[in-house]
Amino acid sequence: MPFYRLLAPLLAAMLPCVCLAQQDTQKEIERYRQLLQESNPAELYEARGEELWKTRRGPKNASLESCDLGLGPGVVKGAYVQLPRYFADTDRVQDAESRLVTCMVTQQGFTPEEAKRNPFSGTGVPMLTTDPFSGVGRRSVMTDLVAWIASESRGMKIAPRMSHAREREAYQAGEKIFFYRAGPHDFACVSCHSGEAKRIRLQILPDLLHSPKDAQRAFGTWPGYRVSEGELRSMQWRLWECFRQQRFPDLEFASDASVALVMFLAKRAEGGTFDAPSLKR
Amino acid sequence: MADPMRIRANMAGDKVEVRVLMSHEMETGLRKDASGAVVPAHFIQNVTVTHAGKTVLSAQWGTSISKNPFMHFRFKGGKPGEKVSISWVDNRGERRTDEVVIGGG
Repeated sequence: MPFYRLLAPLLAAMLPCVCLAQQDTQKEIERYRQLLQESNPAELYEARGEELWKTRRGPKNASLESCDLGLGPGVVKGAYVQLPRYFADTDRVQDAESRLVTCMVTQQGFTPEEAKRNPFSGTGVPMLTTDPFSGVGRRSVMTDLVAWIASESRGMKIAPRMSHAREREAYQAGEKIFFYRAGPHDFACVSCHSGEAKRIRLQILPDLLHSPKDAQRAFGTWPGYRVSEGELRSMQWRLWECFRQQRFPDLEFASDASVALVMFLAKRAEGGTFDAPSLKR
Repeated sequence: MADPMRIRANMAGDKVEVRVLMSHEMETGLRKDASGAVVPAHFIQNVTVTHAGKTVLSAQWGTSISKNPFMHFRFKGGKPGEKVSISWVDNRGERRTDEVVIGGG
């Protein structure tokens, strides 16, 4: 009798256990997250971001306090959950990060290159030498600012606007990118983020396409402090990292393509409660 | 200058419950950076908590404490409105002291 015929019923009997163990693991991860939430180091980034918002910087020696994030100059409360949106002054759809670049340029007098130079804080993971933003313990003004701006929308409903034609255009472009298969693995965002119970090792992948709940949770918890990397990560970083994992060319920071993807995800997550900066494994 | 700590101190029964989040790299001195050079050790060595002129907690830390450390403890004898002061000194002699007023239960 071939070995596998003995093995088959055995494996079948084991399956429910595996599922149960997985549920337990997920529950335990939840408990762990809740425990850690009280001690979320994201708070330290938020505090720095708030300080940076008010600090006079750049050639014009100006603060960002009159920066318009969509709700009027200087209004930060609730701005993050209504981004990305169309801005008439730049004639572009912008997310929090790309808008901050604009403000650093117009208000503080930085060049766009300077404003975009260090978008993500240091990874602390020395293996990632391909990461152009890495540097142990390197802080990022952009990340700190985004952490604070996002925190000012905590508990609010995710409400991306779709009233302007350009906003709808961005959504459609984002959808295209989400489905676009490319790279040496012939991958697309949709390869991982559609369908139930897909996972990488123990990490359950959110179904961003079909499940509003998954999308709301995913979108509503970035930025987040990654315990494994000891850094706060923004949405722009998350997308950049997805591109890297798919072996795509680098996603350019604050580019229209990146904003389009954010727009697509924001729309999928519409109505969810924003709960970031969060704490992630 | 190091970033401020985030401190919460509240009454929990007859004790004061303190939660502190510190901003520190806590480098072990064992890691290498992208170019292969050793990242020098940099970590908090001594933590002292004082209340009404008395030390209520004194700790000696090493490299096994995580980055951005979080400390949670309780002590007896504090009342709402009084102050708790927390200080740390790291192996480079950098230091930071922050104070917080004890809140109600």
